[in-house]
Amino acid sequence: MEILYLLIPLSVVVVLGIIVIFWWALQSGQLDNIEREGERILRAD
Amino acid sequence: MSLTMKASQATAYNDTVVRQFAIMTVVYGVVGMLVGVIIAAQLTWPELNLGIEYLTYGRLRPLHTNAVIFAFGGCGLFATSYYVVQRTCQTRLISDKLAAFTFWGWNLVIVLAVVTLPLGLTAGKEYAELIWPIDILIAVVWVAYAIVFFGTVGIRKVRHIYVGNWFYGAFILAVALLHIVNSMALPTSLTHAYSAYAGVQDAMVQWWYGHNAVGFFLTAGFLGMMYYFIPKQAGRPVYSYRLSIVHFWALIFTYMWAGPHHLHYTALPDWTQSVGMTFSLILLAPSWGGMINGIMTLSGAWHKLRDDPILRFLIVSLSFYGMSTFEGPMMSIKTVNALSHYTDWTVGHVHSGALGWVGLITMGSMYYLIPRLFGQKQMHSMRAVEIHFWTATIGIVLYIAAMWIAGVMQGLMWRSVNPDGSLTYTFVESVKATFPFYVIRLLGGLLYLGGMVLMLWNVLMTAFKGQATEVRIPAVAAAHA
Repeated sequence: MEILYLLIPLSVVVVLGIIVIFWWALQSGQLDNIEREGERILRAD
Repeated sequence: MSLTMKASQATAYNDTVVRQFAIMTVVYGVVGMLVGVIIAAQLTWPELNLGIEYLTYGRLRPLHTNAVIFAFGGCGLFATSYYVVQRTCQTRLISDKLAAFTFWGWNLVIVLAVVTLPLGLTAGKEYAELIWPIDILIAVVWVAYAIVFFGTVGIRKVRHIYVGNWFYGAFILAVALLHIVNSMALPTSLTHAYSAYAGVQDAMVQWWYGHNAVGFFLTAGFLGMMYYFIPKQAGRPVYSYRLSIVHFWALIFTYMWAGPHHLHYTALPDWTQSVGMTFSLILLAPSWGGMINGIMTLSGAWHKLRDDPILRFLIVSLSFYGMSTFEGPMMSIKTVNALSHYTDWTVGHVHSGALGWVGLITMGSMYYLIPRLFGQKQMHSMRAVEIHFWTATIGIVLYIAAMWIAGVMQGLMWRSVNPDGSLTYTFVESVKATFPFYVIRLLGGLLYLGGMVLMLWNVLMTAFKGQATEVRIPAVAAAHA
């Protein structure tokens, strides 16, 4: 099962990437006021 | 002038590339489903292989799967993602040239598939049959797609990134990773290469890819579609925006681990199979989060379903999504899989998701999109949309019911043993017993194809009647951004 030497580190990198992206979303205010955001697409165009 | 400056000063959306992809979605839908009907007929009456090597089932099957997934599904994703990202970010696509490149590049991939697959040129990996030079072209087009999509998000005028874009973004990134890793190969000639992996390890990589093709290409991407077009068509916001974010993260995390459920009771290590089974079961929750969110968006507006066939397409697609994402985890359980594996139940499950979820959500979204792309209030014929909805739904039900019965029957026949321990049935007896169900399945597929042909007519009538108009980007007030 040598493929695991590739798959597990790759998956860990992916998980780290996911954590970084989520942290960015939190920090940059993506998750503030989300109730309004759902309605926004109905207003525009 | 830099790319970003030019795009952010544009006053209208780039709907040209959206129009192009939208029309091709419907055209390829007919093509892919037609090949599906042909191979269904060949399974029913093998004489229809006609002794012509280019038309044999073995060569046409991958043409069918590639056409419906990548040509029909792919063009639908390109069209809607380019439309949604522009409108939710209130900016034109970052590069018209790159977007045009993705259109022509993707269509070239499809044409090459149509040529190479019937010629028998194949990499032998399911949903990854295309030979290595085409794999490289796919990677190049995909990088361009990622630049256009994420670049456009990067120059957005609205600070918040709408949830649909998160799903599209995850789909684009995941498919890039999956395609590149699974297609790693050592070429020996222009048309042949050895996979970088071997034996059961190759199987693991292949089904890590295969299941995530379902999870990201066929699920995350189309959930992005769903999260825009259902609220727009229903005129109501997503039921719970909070839920959409929660189930997004849960979904993209969990899907990556479900692949081993394709390899139960094979040479794959037992513990790996268990991981696949466990995560597949967990996956039921985030999947149903999406289904509930989409369906409940109609809360307070259920009456609209009575008169609006487009809304019906969209909501019924979610019902099939819910069914398939319940059925899938059940089939991932080892003991259930021991019965279902290699039977037509798997085929039924695939088509419940493909015809029911992917097909119907794409059709509904295209029926919303196409009139607007041609300056029309609605499709040329709403009656035809209505008829399409019913033929599609009845077709799906016939298809999956036939396959459920056939599949369970096959599983039971194959495992039946006599008191002395010998097998009760020969394999060919199970094939013979399956015949009537193949006929019913063919009928279901014909209905589904018929609906698609009707859609193509309706789309072409709408396009010829209408005019490609430029849509100005509304000014975003500072308070809203």
